[in-house]
Amino acid sequence: MAEGDATGFVIKPMDQFIVKPLFGGDHIAWYTVTNVTLWMAIAVVTIAALFMLGTRRRAIVPSRSQSVAELIYGFVHNMVEEVTGHEGVKYFPYVLTLFLFILFSNLLGLLPGSFTTTSHVAVTVVLAMMVFVGVTVLGFVKHGIGFLGMFWVTSAPLIIRPILAVIEIISYFVRPVSHSIRLAGNLMAGHAVIKVIAGFATLVVASPIVIGAVTAIYALEVLVACVQAYVFTILTCVYLRDAVGDGHH
Amino acid sequence: MSTEAVDATAAAHGATATVKMPQLDISTFDNQIFWLLVALVAIYMIVTRVAVPRIGAVLAERRGTITNDLAAAEELKLKAVEAETAYNKALATARAEAAKIVAAAKADIEADLAKASAKADAQIEAKTVVSEQRIADIRAGAMESVSEVANDTAKELVAVLGGKADAKAITAAVTARMKG
Repeated sequence: MAEGDATGFVIKPMDQFIVKPLFGGDHIAWYTVTNVTLWMAIAVVTIAALFMLGTRRRAIVPSRSQSVAELIYGFVHNMVEEVTGHEGVKYFPYVLTLFLFILFSNLLGLLPGSFTTTSHVAVTVVLAMMVFVGVTVLGFVKHGIGFLGMFWVTSAPLIIRPILAVIEIISYFVRPVSHSIRLAGNLMAGHAVIKVIAGFATLVVASPIVIGAVTAIYALEVLVACVQAYVFTILTCVYLRDAVGDGHH
Repeated sequence: MSTEAVDATAAAHGATATVKMPQLDISTFDNQIFWLLVALVAIYMIVTRVAVPRIGAVLAERRGTITNDLAAAEELKLKAVEAETAYNKALATARAEAAKIVAAAKADIEADLAKASAKADAQIEAKTVVSEQRIADIRAGAMESVSEVANDTAKELVAVLGGKADAKAITAAVTARMKG
């Protein structure tokens, strides 16, 4: 929030990310009901409303909400099928879960005064590590030790292969880092920028420009919210292909 | 909260307050991770128990319905084409039948007409013959009367003129005259 006082502005763009207990108190234990809990619960309820209430009529000709649910379902289903191949389709519910959580958290986070759960690295790192660990375990279960063949680029000349193997291994372990930081960073930066610009609205001269700028950035952030959910999901599919697909790259 | 205190002191120095990133506050991590896992499990339950089976079924059903409808439409189209052919065939048959009936009727009428005109001709012929007979009779009767009248007239004339009427000679003379 921006508060004008005698010394000028106090713009605290990061305050929106503070995790605080919902029912008072200072201490945050692992079980404390916080604003994180609230907004994750809202996301879950929204998803439940869309996918349980929206589809309850199971209409051949869908209602509006059922159309949206089917659209999301079809979008993610096609993505999984196209990227990971037919083998990957059985992991579709897992991918859909990730996509729904990220998409709804991102979009709900854009409501004024809300809390964006996916702007926290603690959340996105867990999401990314679930994918990373899951894919690695799945790869070893499916291919055994042959999963390591992914790092041995047979299409390259023999001399460069060890070097490539080192690079591949490094890039493999960097995956969860980029996977998670990308999501949290995008959302945090976008929300912080909105707050900083909105802070200038207390200047009467600047306020018309600020309103326009905030509107424009808000529109951009809606796009970012969807695109980042898409990016996270499609990267999950790409990683999943390494584990379930036959063709190593 | 401690962060607020930090901000409050920083705020005194103006707009460029040093901001601590709440994202890096490790003390909230366990809380976030716990609730994240709860949320993910809840969403996973919604997805696997309701969303995927329900929407999958709806999509499959819709695909089935569309396929069925298309097949039915194809069938109906075939039927329509069939019906059209049958109709055309029936029409052609009916036309041929009609033409046949017309031809037969024409032939009948012509035959009737020919018969009737033949009959009429025959009747006319017969009547003509009878009439001619009668005309001949009448003519013959007339001739006889004429010679009788001529004889009588000649006798009368001869008698009036003072001659002696020889009936035989007069009759012969009149007959000769009439032939001449």
